Amino acid sequence: MHLWLIPLLPLAGAAINGLLGRRFSKSTVTAVGLLFPGAAMLWTWKVAFQFTASQAPYIENHGTWLRAGDFVVNYSLYLDQLSLLMILIVTGVGFLIHVYSVGYMAHEGGYYRYFSYLNLFMFFMLTLVLASNYLLMFVGWEGVGLASYLLIGFFFLRDSASSAGKKAFIVNRIGDFGFLIALFLMIKHFGTLNFDDVFAKAAGADVGLLTAIGLLLLVGAAGKSAQLPLYVWLPDAMEGPTPVSALIHAATMVTAGVYMITRSHVIFDHAPDAAAAVAVIGALTALFAATIGLVQHDIKRVLAYSTVSQLGYMVMACGVAAYSAGMFHLMTHAFFKALLFLAAGSVIHGLGGEQDMRKMGGLRHDMPWTFWTMTMATFAITGVPMFSGFFSKDEILWRTFASGHTVLWFIGWFTAFLTAFYMFRLWFLTFFGEFRGQPAHGAHETPGREHHQHEGHAHESPKVMLVPLVILAVLSVIGGWIGVPPALAGSNHFEHFLDPVLLSSASAEATGVAQPATEDFAPERTLAVSAIGAGVAGFLLAWLMYSRRRDLPAKLREQFQGAYTMLENKYYVDEFYGAAVVKPLIEGSRAVLWKFIDQGLIDGTVNESAAAARDVSNSFRRMQSGNIRSYAGWIAAGAAVVIAYMLYMGVR
Amino acid sequence: MVPIAYYLVLSAILFGCGVAGFLVKRNIITIFMCIELMLNGVNLAFVAFAAHWGRLSGQVFVFFVMVVAAAEAAVGLAIIIAVFRTRETLNVDRVNLLKL
Repeated sequence: MHLWLIPLLPLAGAAINGLLGRRFSKSTVTAVGLLFPGAAMLWTWKVAFQFTASQAPYIENHGTWLRAGDFVVNYSLYLDQLSLLMILIVTGVGFLIHVYSVGYMAHEGGYYRYFSYLNLFMFFMLTLVLASNYLLMFVGWEGVGLASYLLIGFFFLRDSASSAGKKAFIVNRIGDFGFLIALFLMIKHFGTLNFDDVFAKAAGADVGLLTAIGLLLLVGAAGKSAQLPLYVWLPDAMEGPTPVSALIHAATMVTAGVYMITRSHVIFDHAPDAAAAVAVIGALTALFAATIGLVQHDIKRVLAYSTVSQLGYMVMACGVAAYSAGMFHLMTHAFFKALLFLAAGSVIHGLGGEQDMRKMGGLRHDMPWTFWTMTMATFAITGVPMFSGFFSKDEILWRTFASGHTVLWFIGWFTAFLTAFYMFRLWFLTFFGEFRGQPAHGAHETPGREHHQHEGHAHESPKVMLVPLVILAVLSVIGGWIGVPPALAGSNHFEHFLDPVLLSSASAEATGVAQPATEDFAPERTLAVSAIGAGVAGFLLAWLMYSRRRDLPAKLREQFQGAYTMLENKYYVDEFYGAAVVKPLIEGSRAVLWKFIDQGLIDGTVNESAAAARDVSNSFRRMQSGNIRSYAGWIAAGAAVVIAYMLYMGVR
Repeated sequence: MVPIAYYLVLSAILFGCGVAGFLVKRNIITIFMCIELMLNGVNLAFVAFAAHWGRLSGQVFVFFVMVVAAAEAAVGLAIIIAVFRTRETLNVDRVNLLKL
């Protein structure tokens, strides 16, 4: 079962397109860019068919990477149900987005560069999820951060884009620092980074140590999965092309943190304080981001904050040991969030680059396919019954409640209401009502992007962009049907699929909600109804404000001016970070590192030694005057010194 | 007998005059004469010691010194003439450029 093909095929694609793509024709770049991820996807399917539960975990070793005494790290790949799930999602959704990109990026410059970077991302992401030790996972972890930087700053001629890329990478790095310290702790106390070995040793390790490791892993996940306080890069990351936002910042890269926490569940099972921290951070992030998303005008910003919020749900699920619920939501979220972004991209593409929802409206007539697929995704994310998001979000909320975290459940429930509100707000603003934009204007603020001149009407996107939308829409609808809980007359195949991975060691007792002791489904059904109620309430409020009484938003804004400004400016978090962290760093670097150390000490040392040499030689220069009599004088003086010395020695 | 100290003092005075003139004088011929003066002062010291200790080494060494002085005078005067032909001056301070 040659697992190594799965990450390395996209790498080959990245290398070919990266090194030779400049000379290829566009169709060759497309062929290379689609062939390798497609092959990886097909190979993944083959592996999935061949995989049986008895084989797990299947470890494929490709030699030793490093060895330092007893500490050994191998290039080995790890296949169990969890990583199988991840590679299916990554290659599947990834390939669909590659196909979509063919249409979206058709008129952009740097076409070969785009596909090279996208394939490179696939390589790193697959390395991350297939790694069998933390170090190889960290390679993938860093690599996806790099790919994210390259792709966010794809339109690098635009200042905001390259700044956003830097911001993403730097904030990620802060999280990576936490991750690294956790790895160091593991090396020191467990002597290994191999998953199986670490988890075996973790079972008997000191709780304080495990709590420290857990908290540091949480820091890493907070950076990569955009949780509080390190989420600030994700909204800015919308500067990248929309398929990038779909793939990296919705479906895959940002889920790496959730995957990592799930993979490390043994550690969190034995460190309840760390798990509690995870749950609280997740819940607060979900709420916080949802509130910001309520008033954003840029369609992609709303979706970005929505992503942060949904990731908060997943992280919260991991924190309450409902790992399978978290992974379930990861999967359904990949489907509907990627679809939301791609459909938004279709809208933007159709409008020639417009992203402000205040200038949209009534597009359901001009872009029917986009409208219907986006509707499917909206229903999924808001938890309309029978759609995928309903089952996964419900599972999370139920597990949170059942494990006793009532406050967190309430936060999750309220966030569901907010989610429904802002998603339907987006839906109404974009597709209903009158078109509020400027017709047939080709001008927009984004250099490097082509625009289509169309007289007054947005146009539907080409088939190559619509087919992935349709496929993802189908998945958004049916994707939840494999995880229908028993309470709603299903058999939750999803949870049972992941059980062998997640119920290892004592986690079953630790969660306490693995199987309901009795067949009493009333609480679960009540909660499900309450979640539906929250969704309906959100829909009604959005319908009221954006369909029936369009004057309400402006009136509410006037009345709650302060709160509105606060939300619109994202609670001024970026400004706060700028003042509290960035500015002191810059000023400190300028004053201390640059002026004092670099200019003063280092340059100073070099310059001073040169000056000293110059001064010494200056004094010696006077001996070389060219004046014969002064030479004679020096000779005489030297002779006198020698004679004096000889006299002195003679007398001694 | 004249005490040897007198000879040595005289030798020192001669040598000192030679050094002083060597350092102070501007005319190159005068400088050469001072060099000769230094050498002869040294000769006097050698001969005085030779007589004092009754050994001939001192006398012999004086021969060597005289030979060297003669050769050096010959070469030196040749150089002076060569320099004078181009610089037209005997002022040693003017001969301070390697390049003509």
